[in-house]
Parts: sequence; structure tokens; C-alpha cells
Amino acid sequence: MKNYKNTPKHLRNLLLAALVALPATGAAGPSGQAMAFTCAGCHGTDGSSVGPSMPAIAGMDPEVFVDAMTAYREDKRNPSIMNRIAKAYSDEQLKDMGWFFASQRLQVFPQDYDAALAEQGAQLHDEYCEKCHENGGRPGDAGTLAGQWMPYLHFTMEDFIDGKRKWPRKMKRKVDAAIDEAGDEAIPALLNYYASQSDIDAEEPNHD
Amino acid sequence: MTEMKRRTFLGIAGGATATLSTLGGTLGGTIAGTLGFPSLVLGAVRRVVVVGGGVGGCTAAKYLRKLDPSLNVTLIEPEADYTSCFMSNEVLSGERTLQSLTFGYDGLRGYGVDVVQDWVVGIDPDTRQVTTKSGNRFDYDACVVSPGVGFKWGAIAGYNEEIANESIPHAWFAGPQTQLLRNQLTSMPEGGHVIIVAPPNPFKCPPGPYERASQIAMYCQHHKPKAKITILDAKDAFSKQGLYIEGWTKLYGYGTDNSMIQWISAAAGGAVEELDPQTRTLIGLVEEFQGDVVNIIPPQKAGEIAFAADLVDGDWCPVDKLTFESSRHPGIYVLGDASSASKMPKSAYAANSQAKVAAAAIIARFQDKEPGDPTFVNTCYSVVGEDFGISVAAVYSLDSDTNTIEPIPGSGGVSPANASPEIRKREVSYAHSWFKNVINDMME
Repeated sequence: MKNYKNTPKHLRNLLLAALVALPATGAAGPSGQAMAFTCAGCHGTDGSSVGPSMPAIAGMDPEVFVDAMTAYREDKRNPSIMNRIAKAYSDEQLKDMGWFFASQRLQVFPQDYDAALAEQGAQLHDEYCEKCHENGGRPGDAGTLAGQWMPYLHFTMEDFIDGKRKWPRKMKRKVDAAIDEAGDEAIPALLNYYASQSDIDAEEPNHD
Repeated sequence: MTEMKRRTFLGIAGGATATLSTLGGTLGGTIAGTLGFPSLVLGAVRRVVVVGGGVGGCTAAKYLRKLDPSLNVTLIEPEADYTSCFMSNEVLSGERTLQSLTFGYDGLRGYGVDVVQDWVVGIDPDTRQVTTKSGNRFDYDACVVSPGVGFKWGAIAGYNEEIANESIPHAWFAGPQTQLLRNQLTSMPEGGHVIIVAPPNPFKCPPGPYERASQIAMYCQHHKPKAKITILDAKDAFSKQGLYIEGWTKLYGYGTDNSMIQWISAAAGGAVEELDPQTRTLIGLVEEFQGDVVNIIPPQKAGEIAFAADLVDGDWCPVDKLTFESSRHPGIYVLGDASSASKMPKSAYAANSQAKVAAAAIIARFQDKEPGDPTFVNTCYSVVGEDFGISVAAVYSLDSDTNTIEPIPGSGGVSPANASPEIRKREVSYAHSWFKNVINDMME
């Protein structure tokens, strides 16, 4: 595994934790923490979801969080309750919430998966996905995949493939290539691989 | 990034103050007083007593300990386990068991909450003491009261608590009455008539009676396809009405002569005044309705302790919505269904959201700080039928001038009308995931 726990990131995470543990200084409106607390009913306490259709958002890169919420706010993702909720928040508030979740440790829960497919998925991931979803898809510059619930990942891939969500740069090409290689098994294999990673509790969030 | 660094610095600078305040108790009277923390002079551990182990009470207890592990938090609840009312309509369709809705309080104990099984009979705001049925007394610095709803027995003549327990269940608290109603449905003859009496506003779980009708229809469709379900309503409109009717039309023939579900509004004669429990006949203003299975959801008010502790004004408990502190007695915080928290509905998610605002406000008060600006969310899913889920969501902020919790303009609302089958199906799985996460956030 790459050494991504370098000192500056560590330091930044410490500063981040100190920041979000406090109410906003002088700023009007609810704190990032207060807003993030309202998400827990659907995303689990501090963003570690126990509901299979809802993603874990703990440890998420704040920019990824803000991008996702902005896309929901602008109805650029398949309509769900998130479109309606995201419209309540300003850019600044999304950032505040994003920093709160970024500072939370991702807790991952074991789920059923197919070991053979997961093994195939690991190879496909290394070849096609690792470049953007680093460290097996752990929290980083792109969306968290490792340990994410399979039904949620399934919905997400379905939306990309059905054209209901815009592909991020290069992603379509990579997914097409994975499907070329493994056919109908490509997506299930990848999903089973991500679902198989339930041992990442001890990992520090990786935000850079 | 520059901005972020500056904010980080401000946060750390603020952190010094926060650290001092938590250490204040050990600094001694003179120093703490000088620094402006008079309430910490004695350095005593703060005690919070939480009355009621439902969504509001559990969430408050968990978040109080999570935000300040130095607090002594006691939760007092008469039941040994929590049984969720939300999702209990799925017991009626046979999609889930009551056991799947039942959770122990060990998760909260794991957060350091002292969970006591007892019934609170009094709260004295002067001596700051809670009294229980078994004669125990609990001192508090802050008391959270989240007793949920009680029923206005007598509003429908002939209907009372004994009849509800024995033959005509309300099933509005999940438990034996839920099972009784389920058993009545399974033993009902084919072609039988189910009547649901829906209450006037405001009441716990505004979409609940209509989800109930839907879940019963889902059961009947498979097992008693000639059955009829009539909703007799004390209102002329209801929550998510357009979406329910869309679902009922698609799934249960609503609007046709063969519709399995029929809704009779108050204006159309749906408001009932009397029950004849022997013949299961409901007497309305215009006509009478006789059912094989009758479910009456009575009009509601705040739970019993709210009245005993003088926390009500009318049926519900007025509060300062900045903190959820009672407008009647300082130091007591009333949240969840019992509180008067318009424009939030009386829902599980609302109680969960309010509890966090109250917990943070209580801690701020203990630290002699002003409470932060509150923020609230409500989301609620209803499962209308197989693969057909709908939802409503709202994000709220406080209008402090009017003490009203207002939805943020342009946000929230219900699921889109005529959404694709795939979206409706997803909403069912979201509903079930939501259930797990709410339970997790309140008590696990």
C-alpha cells in the first residue's frame, strides 16, 4: 500500500478535527456540525451509514462532498430526496458540512459478497479504477468506494450507465474498457470487490 | 485554501477558550469566576434526566453524552425495549415482524447513559427533581421530556382504552395492538371490510394512516383480493395526498368501482362521532359504516407526563424553538411529538433533529454560552405498495422573531409525480435504509 499518511495530511486532519469540534466563530447561521448532525438520520451517526441504499459519507473529501451536493442542488443527478434537501444550503454551508464529514472516521460494516467476483473485481479495479479511486477506493480525491454498501453502488452505476448522471472525466472510457474485458460480470465484480473491503476502520481519512 | 487556513486558525484560537471552559471546574472558584465561568465555580458534574425512551429521548441522551462525556445522563423509560412505531405498518402487510422493530437500550448504555426502567410521575421545576412511580427521585440540572403522544379518549363516544386493547385497536403505538390488528386482518373473511378512522390534525405521523391503508391493501391484494378498505377521515386533505392517490390508482384501482381503497373526507361525511363496539359500526354525521375489522386512530395530545408536569398549553407543550426549553418551566426541554414545534410535523425524524438542537443548547447553557443557530431536517418515506415508495423532505431554520420553525424556501417537498417505476422502487429501499439509520442514530 502506498504511504499516503504523510505528515502534512495528518496535520491538516488534526487541524480539521479541531475546527469542526467548535461552533463557527462569528459566522451567522448554524455550524457545520449542527447541519451535519441533521444528515445522520439517513447517513448514520457522523456519516457512517448502516442503511444499504445510503452511502457512507464519513471521511469524504470535502470537495467531493460539495461537488455531489451541488450536483443534487442543480438536479444533475437522478431525482432522489437529496435533490430536495440540497436546495436548502448555500455554497458556504455545503463547505462547512463537507469539512465536518471529512474529519469523521469512516466506519465500515461487513456485508455479504461473492468472494470469486470480489477477486475478479480487485483486478479490474487495479487496472481501470485505481488511478482515480486510489487505495482500493478508500476516501480520497474521488468518491469513496471501499466498504460502500453494494445496493448504493449499484444504483450509482445504474445511473451512470443509463445516462442519468454525468460521467466524471475519463470514467466512461475506463468503465467501458472494464466491460470489454469482463463483460456482464465487470460491474458486479467491482461492486463485490468494494463491498468486500470491511477492514478499513483503522485507516485515517485521506483528503489530498 | 487561504480562507480555509484562516478559518482553521480561528477555530484553534477559539479552541483555547473551549478547552478552558471544560477545565473550568478544576480551576477553582476564583480563577473560573475571573475568567467568566461563574456556573462552573462548584465544578459539580452536570446531571440531565431524560424522560421517555423514544426517538427524541434516546437521541437527546446519546448526543448529550457524545457532545460532552462529562455529563451524567439518566434516561427513564417504562418499557424494557424500544419498539418502533415507524415501519410498523409493514407488520400489517406481513412484510416484517414486530420483533424486527424492537431494540434494546444497551447501545445507549454503551454511550454511558444510565437507563432506568420506571414511569415518571412528576417533575418539580423548583427543586429540579424527577419522581418515578417506584418512588425514586432524580435531581437534574436540565430535564429533557420526550413522552410522545397520548390519546383524547372520549372524542369518539363508545371508544375507550379497554376496547382498544381488546377488540378495536388503535395500533398507534407499536406493540400488542399492532399484532392484534394483524391477526384480525388474517382471520377476516374474504370480501371483508376494513375501516380505518384517521384523526384530525395535529397527530403523530401525518402520512401514517394512509400508509396503513396501503399496507393493508398490499396484504389483501395477495390474500383477500375482494376486500375493501375505507378510510374515514376527520380531515379534508392529508399528507402526500397526490402521491398516495397516484399509488392507489396504479396499484389498487383507486377511482374505479372496483377500488380496494376508498377515502371519505370529513366534508364527504368521513368524520365519525360514535362507535358501537358490539357491531363494529361507526356513526358519522351523514351515514353509518360497519366493518369486519375496525382501526380507530384517536385524536391526540401530548403524553401524560406533559400534563402532570404542567408543561402544556392546550394539548401540546409550548417551547422556545431556539433550545426547545419549555416556555412554562425553565430547565425543562420538551421535544418530539409532545412539543409544539410548528411548522415541523410530528415525526421520528423531526424528533431526532430537535433532540440534537436541544442537546447542544443544554450544553451551551451549562457552559454559559449562547446556543448556536438551530437547523432542522425532516424526511419521511411511505411504502404504498410493492416497489412503490414515496417521500417528503424539508430543511428548516428558525424565525426567531415569530418563534416559528420555517421550511427554507425553494427546498424540500415530495417525490416527483409520475416518477419512473425504478425511482419508486428505489424509494422503498431508501425507506428501509432510512429506518436502519434512524435507529442507529438514536440508540446504537
